[in-house]
Amino acid sequence: MRADLLADPVDGLDEALAAVAAFDGVLAGGLLRPQAAHVAGLSALADAVAGSPLAARVAEAAAKSAAGAAGEEHFLALAAARIALLGSVHDALTVRLDEATGRVRADAPVLAPAEPHAANLLAAARAWLSDLARAGWQGIDHDLVSGAAQVVSAMLPDLGLRRLAVLLDGFAAELGASCPGAALERIPLRRWADLWSRAMLLTQPGAAGFPASGTATGRLLPLGVELNEHATAVHAQVHAVFEPADGSGARLVRAGAAVPKPDTVVGAGVWQLLRPHLSLLGAVSEGRAMELTGMPITAEGDLVWNDGHARLGEPAEPFATARVALPVASAAATAPLDRHPVRIAEPVFLEGYTISTGEALTFTIAGFPIRVDTSRVPEAGPLTPEAVAASSACIGLVRWDDGEFTVQPLAVETMVKKKVTAIHAGAWAGGTADKQGVKAEKAATEAVAVLRERAGRLLRK
Amino acid sequence: MPAWETTSAARVLEPARPRKLAKVPFVELADGRVQGVVSSGSDIARVYVSSVAAGSFAVSCSTNNNRPCGGGGHCKHISGMIQEAVLQYGQERVARYLRLEVPSGSSVMQELYKVRTPASDRAAAASVFSRFLRHLAYLELSAGTAPLPEMQWFPPVRAVA
Ligand SMILES: [Zn+2]
Repeated sequence: MRADLLADPVDGLDEALAAVAAFDGVLAGGLLRPQAAHVAGLSALADAVAGSPLAARVAEAAAKSAAGAAGEEHFLALAAARIALLGSVHDALTVRLDEATGRVRADAPVLAPAEPHAANLLAAARAWLSDLARAGWQGIDHDLVSGAAQVVSAMLPDLGLRRLAVLLDGFAAELGASCPGAALERIPLRRWADLWSRAMLLTQPGAAGFPASGTATGRLLPLGVELNEHATAVHAQVHAVFEPADGSGARLVRAGAAVPKPDTVVGAGVWQLLRPHLSLLGAVSEGRAMELTGMPITAEGDLVWNDGHARLGEPAEPFATARVALPVASAAATAPLDRHPVRIAEPVFLEGYTISTGEALTFTIAGFPIRVDTSRVPEAGPLTPEAVAASSACIGLVRWDDGEFTVQPLAVETMVKKKVTAIHAGAWAGGTADKQGVKAEKAATEAVAVLRERAGRLLRK
Repeated sequence: MPAWETTSAARVLEPARPRKLAKVPFVELADGRVQGVVSSGSDIARVYVSSVAAGSFAVSCSTNNNRPCGGGGHCKHISGMIQEAVLQYGQERVARYLRLEVPSGSSVMQELYKVRTPASDRAAAASVFSRFLRHLAYLELSAGTAPLPEMQWFPPVRAVA
């Protein structure tokens, strides 16, 4: 990987992010009665998309908002403008990253709206998000935030609404813990504006669809697992190289499973919630490939996993996959509405770096340092920041946030008792004999058992 | 190091810390209260719904059938619930949520005892119990394997070494 390219400035990036930041400041104070400084933030956003098809609608929305007279459709237009700007940032960063990795990427898939349904729930969510925008982060209180609970509860059972439901659930929990907004000492402006605009977009009927799908038949070689979670949801995503049986070129793909959970099921205990739905997690822990037959796949390279289309294959060591198969695998493009820098998670194989552990852990590759983000390594696995800091090779995800590319380690090779040993962040995904892992799993099993017993006595009365 | 205000993946909340749920199956910081459900020691079909309001420290404790607890003010259910809240969220976060000053060496409950005759907050119980039922309903939700790109905003939180 050419780390020098990742350190180079990207043209136009600062300007786009300045407009985003100006609008993010507006949401802090709210759109009910915007102050002069906020009016400037609205104009900055409108100006930034003046050359796009959104121009007229965003200009109108900015003007109405500046006058404190905006309605839901205006908030939606502002959210769309912000998403479009960050989409362009995503595209510029992806081009740069592909230059650095030498990876070939497919053309962007066309937008594929989902079958619209549950319009009333989407409308309820949009009304809540609009109230939030009016109040601003400094104006939130418990009454306002708790309004999300009913909408989320109604949406969660419907898998077609899961994306929005899980997003709103995590967002509302953060807002609830931050009430009253007037007393906030610091506000995660970029993050909350991200979550708000993303949710606003997903309230549009059909926006949560996935681009045209096909099926995948061939060999799946896992590289590693990332784990994402908030208090009441957990998501595991496997990154892998897929070698089609028809001999066409190898591709980078993902497969994941997600499930809502009680907030008291935590740590390594979350794997047991996911394991029954994704046999791939077992293959990852065993270091095996999987053979796929007719597995559904989206144009973004996401396998929509169904155990019936997969069986356990031959042993396949992820570091061998990373050294041999990864360099020749092509990548899929992100769907139009999903383009955002947070989506950048590009699998790479790194070795021959020098490690520095000063203020931040960095790998220096051919003279250029890249920060290693060990905060994304889950505690629900054997990989530790210490092992990363003593590593000689690394399978990781290149990400971008707040102006810099970073590497999230998925696995490292390091010396253990004078032997090169691979340590994987997702090693416990399929099960573990590790003492700490077993303890955490047992605690989670007990927690679920207690709650089930309570639910059995209290829930259906 | 990334700046809080311009980071998409800023970590706003720490995950709950694991604890045993047998005595207090549910506790949360929500709706301006530390609130939870405490299993009765004598009747397996009964739970106590207990809460302490932020700022006013008004307390509420009654059974799930809406009978007031006979334990008075800071009953054992309130103290049990606060103890588990501290286990789950840490003392600092519970104290901050309650807007309660807790000097070093003291505890949340010790400071609450100093509020001699806490006002009661009768309205709380019904809403707390329905929050508990909502919490239990998470056990019934199915898993999905469709892509969930929104979870990219929710990376794990690793305790800083
Ligand atoms: Zn009581």
